[in-house]
Amino acid sequence: MDNTVIEIQDAVVSYREDVALQGVSLEVRKGEFIGIIGPNGAGKTTLLTIVNGLGKLVHGQAWVLGSRLNGRNSINLRKRIGYVAQVERIDPRLPINVRETVMVGCYGRLGLFRRPTRAQWERVDEVLEMVGIAHLSERPIGHLSGGEYQRAAIARALVQQPEIFLLDEPTASIDQKAQREILSLIQLIHREYHTTTLFVTHDLRMLPSICQRLILMKDGKIWQQGSPQSMLREEVLTQLFGAPVPVPAEITSLQT
Amino acid sequence: MDLSIFQYHFMQNAILAGLLGGITCSVVGVFVVTMHLSFIGVCIAHAAFAGALLGLWLGFNPLIGALLFSLAAAAIIGPVADRGELNPDTSIGIVFSLMLGLAFLFMGLMQGARTEALSLFWGSILTVTQQDLIFLAAITGVIVGLVAAFYKEIQAVICHREVALAVGIPATVIFYGLLFSTGVTITASLQSIGGLLIYSLILNPAAAAYQLTYSLKRMLLIAVAFGVISCWAGLIASYFFDVPSGAAIVITSAIIFGLATAFSPKRKVKGWQQAPLAG
Repeated sequence: MDNTVIEIQDAVVSYREDVALQGVSLEVRKGEFIGIIGPNGAGKTTLLTIVNGLGKLVHGQAWVLGSRLNGRNSINLRKRIGYVAQVERIDPRLPINVRETVMVGCYGRLGLFRRPTRAQWERVDEVLEMVGIAHLSERPIGHLSGGEYQRAAIARALVQQPEIFLLDEPTASIDQKAQREILSLIQLIHREYHTTTLFVTHDLRMLPSICQRLILMKDGKIWQQGSPQSMLREEVLTQLFGAPVPVPAEITSLQT
Repeated sequence: MDLSIFQYHFMQNAILAGLLGGITCSVVGVFVVTMHLSFIGVCIAHAAFAGALLGLWLGFNPLIGALLFSLAAAAIIGPVADRGELNPDTSIGIVFSLMLGLAFLFMGLMQGARTEALSLFWGSILTVTQQDLIFLAAITGVIVGLVAAFYKEIQAVICHREVALAVGIPATVIFYGLLFSTGVTITASLQSIGGLLIYSLILNPAAAAYQLTYSLKRMLLIAVAFGVISCWAGLIASYFFDVPSGAAIVITSAIIFGLATAFSPKRKVKGWQQAPLAG
C-alpha cells in the first residue's frame, strides 16, 4: 500500500525576483516525523507553505493527502493540516479568550453556517488540559506569555484533528524553559497520535530523539538529508550554516 | 422639558435613522477597530463622499456614486495593504488624498448653489426621507444578518486572520466582505450623518467598547448601545442647543469614548507594540 502523504516534485517558488525554492523534491510517508533545519532564507517556511497550499508554485507539482494541489482545493486540504507558526505579538486588548482561540481550529472542518457543538467545546477543554493550560482557558489570548501562547497554538492545531502537522519554529522567541516544555509536548503528541509532522527549528538538541529524518536546507534547495545522527555533525552543520556550529553535548553523547 | 417635538414626523424619522445608523455603523466599527484598520475605514468614508459628489455633479443618484466609489476604494486598498508592495499607511494615504482631491474637484465643477453637496459634508438627519430610511433599514438588516450567519468566521478573521487562513476558513472572502460592508454602511448613512462625520460614528462607539470588554459578543452589544445613544443624545442636544445634528452626534460619541477610556479596565495593559515577549 502506498503510504505517501506528501509528494513534492521539482518545486520552484519565487517572490518576485527572489527564488525561495529551487527545484525541491520531497516524499513524506504517513506518520513520519521530519526535522528541517538550515540558515535563515533557506526556504524552510516556504516548503511548509507548499504543503498547506498557501505558497504558489511557479514550477513543479505537489500532492498532499492524495490530492494534487491546484489552488482550488487547497482551502479544503488546509482543514486537514495543523499549522503552528512562531509566537507572534498580538494586541493584549484583543476581544477573544484562550478557549475561543483554540476553538478556531475546528471552524474550517465545521464549515459555514454551523455552530460548534457541546462535544466540540468539551474536546477543546480536553486538549487544553493535555497541553497544560486548562487553568488559562478564560484568559484573554493577548495576556499569555510566549510559552503559554504556543501551547494554545498547539492546542488549536490539535482540535483540528490534523492528518499533517506543520510546526514552523514554534520555540523561537521564547525562553529556554518554555522551549524545553514545548519540545516535550511536541514529542508527547507525536507518540500519542503518530501524526505526520514537518518540524522547522533552529533548536538541535531534541532532534535525534524526536525525528526519523532530518532535512538540511540551503539556498532554496534540499542540501542533504538523512538520519539525525548522521546529519548532526559539526563538519556538516558548519558547512550548512557557513560558520562553526558546535553540536550540543546531549547529541554528541548519543553519537558515541 | 418640552418633548412635544417628538410628535413630529421628521423627528420620528430622525430617531429611527439614529437607531439604524447607530446599529450598523457600530457593528462594522467593531470589525475595523479590532483589525486595526481605522485608517482604511476613514479612506472608504471619503471615497463614498467623493462618489456621492460625482453623482450630484453628473445628475445621478448620489448614493449610487457613493456605493461604487466606496466599494472601489475597498477593492483597491485591500490588496495593496495585503501584498505589502507599499507600506499600507503610504498607499492608503495616497488613496485617501486622491479621494479628498476628487471630492473637492467634483464640488468645484458643480454649477449654481451647492446646498445639497454641503449637506453631504455635515449630513442632515432631521430631513432624512422615507426612502433613505428604507435603504438604511435594509442595509442594517443585511449587515446584522450576515454577522449572525458568519459570526464564528468573522471572529476568527478579525482576531487571528493568518490562523483563519491556515485552518481552511475562507478568510480572504470574509476580509473583503468586511471591507465592502464598511463601504455599504457608509453609503447608507451618508445622507443622515454626513461624509466628514460618518467615520467618527463608526470608530468612536467601537473604540469605546474595545476599552471595556474582552468578549467580542459583549463588544458588539456595547458598541451598538453607544452608537444609538450617541445618535439620540446628539439629536436631542442639536434640538435644544440649536447646533448641527451631525456634529452633536459625533461630539457625543467622542465624549463616550473619553469616558470609556478613563474607566477602562484595560488601561493598565501594556502597549503590545512595545511589550517584550515573555517566556
